[in-house]
Amino acid sequence: MSEISIYSTAADMSAALATGVTTSVELTNAHFERIAAVEPAVHSFLHLDQEGALAQAAHVDAERAAGKKLAPLAGVPLALKDVLAQEGVPTTAGSKMLENWRPPYDATVVAKLKEAGIIILGKTNMDEFAMGSSTENSAYGNTHNPWDLTRIPGGSGGGSAAALAAFEAPLAIGTDTGGSIRQPAAVTGTVGVKPTYGGVSRYGLIAFSSSLDQAGPCARTVLDTALLHEAIAGYDPMDSTSINAPVPRVVEAAKKLDVKGLKIGVVKELLGDGFQAGVRQRFEEALEELVKAGATIVEVSCPNFDYGLAAYYLIAPSEASSNLARFDSMRYGLRVGDDGSRSAEAVMNLTRHEGFGPEVKRRIILGTYALSSGYYDAYYGSAQKVRTLVKRDFDKAFAEVDVLVSPTCPTTAFKLGENVDDPLAMYLNDIATIPVNLAGIGGMSLPAGLAPEDGLPVGFQIMSPGMRDDLMYQVGGTLEAALVSKWGKTLLSQAPALGGN
Amino acid sequence: MAAISREDVAHLAKLARIDMNESELDHLVSELGVILGAVARVQEAAAGDIPPTSHPFPVNNVFREDVVRPSLTNAQALSGAPAKDEERFKVPQILGEE
Repeated sequence: MSEISIYSTAADMSAALATGVTTSVELTNAHFERIAAVEPAVHSFLHLDQEGALAQAAHVDAERAAGKKLAPLAGVPLALKDVLAQEGVPTTAGSKMLENWRPPYDATVVAKLKEAGIIILGKTNMDEFAMGSSTENSAYGNTHNPWDLTRIPGGSGGGSAAALAAFEAPLAIGTDTGGSIRQPAAVTGTVGVKPTYGGVSRYGLIAFSSSLDQAGPCARTVLDTALLHEAIAGYDPMDSTSINAPVPRVVEAAKKLDVKGLKIGVVKELLGDGFQAGVRQRFEEALEELVKAGATIVEVSCPNFDYGLAAYYLIAPSEASSNLARFDSMRYGLRVGDDGSRSAEAVMNLTRHEGFGPEVKRRIILGTYALSSGYYDAYYGSAQKVRTLVKRDFDKAFAEVDVLVSPTCPTTAFKLGENVDDPLAMYLNDIATIPVNLAGIGGMSLPAGLAPEDGLPVGFQIMSPGMRDDLMYQVGGTLEAALVSKWGKTLLSQAPALGGN
Repeated sequence: MAAISREDVAHLAKLARIDMNESELDHLVSELGVILGAVARVQEAAAGDIPPTSHPFPVNNVFREDVVRPSLTNAQALSGAPAKDEERFKVPQILGEE
């Protein structure tokens, strides 16, 4: 095995820990050194828990030394999106509303990470309450794309993706409501998976849109993503929408490196003129690699995907307007203007004025409108019907093919500030990722190369039927191996060097 | 469908319990107009007799045995409270002056 460093894969770190080549404390310290060097430029993290992480690392090292059998990723560091509750550690969801809030409990995902001995370095930046595609809606400043610091890292999980691309952590957790894991992965040249809805518990996730939200694994390779997937997935009685079925064998699938006999459908509607030329080019080259590896490629049509974006921007704000009603300044979070003269309602109104940023207000108002009597049928009701149509398109397609593919995003990373005053332009980023959330199936983004026109990462999306997450890992693992062999190096090794080394 | 008016937005903000200043209202009226113009097209697709989907997979009510389980202590539940009074949340007066 080559020398272990912050540039290694999580799988290699895991092997080095198991054989005593390194310790978790060493590895954790190395990552904090890297974080200290690059954070001023990148700003992936909102909070670092150096003390907690090192204590956890020392604990894992001691258990290993005592001969205890440990989980595969025990001792490997991770960056946690700030939308997951971690007991005693600041959790803000990128909002002023939760500044300084320390949850009294762990999300199930966090409990599983701890149980697996995975070291949580800190909490990553994100669009406020996960609403956005650039992390520019964070109340705590921008995160910068490690490939080009003047560009967005994607969103809402821009901090998690940037942390991976900047080698601040080999593993990260994201959440994906309309693409918030996959789009940041695409624009940073990393891997991100939205598991089947219900595959990973939502308990302890600060809710945005409950019928769409899904936590998932992020990493720099398909295998690392699969290892993390198996660590966090599984039935949870604390989440009433959790699926009570065995976790798909995604690690085994990621290692198969074989797609002979698989039928892959290219979604015609997700490859139009709205997609950047270099994005289309790299996508098509990736398809050729899959053909060489023995897959059959066919074109499929999903005509209702065209309405997916519109349906999403009614359903998600509607659910958000209800979910975010909990931020009422009474039991936790911000309270403004409680001077003894104002009523509870006046304090609530003032707190929500001060505590929510513009995008969150926009979506709450939009959702309130879509759900109001007189408009409910036309907006929310119609959007729910579109959801049925999108599901039917997927069902029909999956009757013919094993997985579906498309570019993850229409473009590479855009400039910070470019779309902040144009909500609709911002929303268009999610056009290819949203159908997956509406249908509740699995979706992965992995690097397809760099767009020739701007040298920035392009994401390749794989969509698999519900609870067949293994299929996207099988195809993703095979494609990654073929592309890395063609390039002679990984994509991230071509990223510009950041401060510190 | 009629365009959204400034009065509509002010009313929605009231329903959503969010104070809004004049410039926020101005911004939202124009932005929501554009967004609603774009999302209204769901109506074209949903014209036929199509059942609505509210959730990706059919889920039924999930029940558990009615037994006491570990839960937050009072101190934990109150740990994030903006104001508290002994073992209780302290809130502003719930009946206003009006």
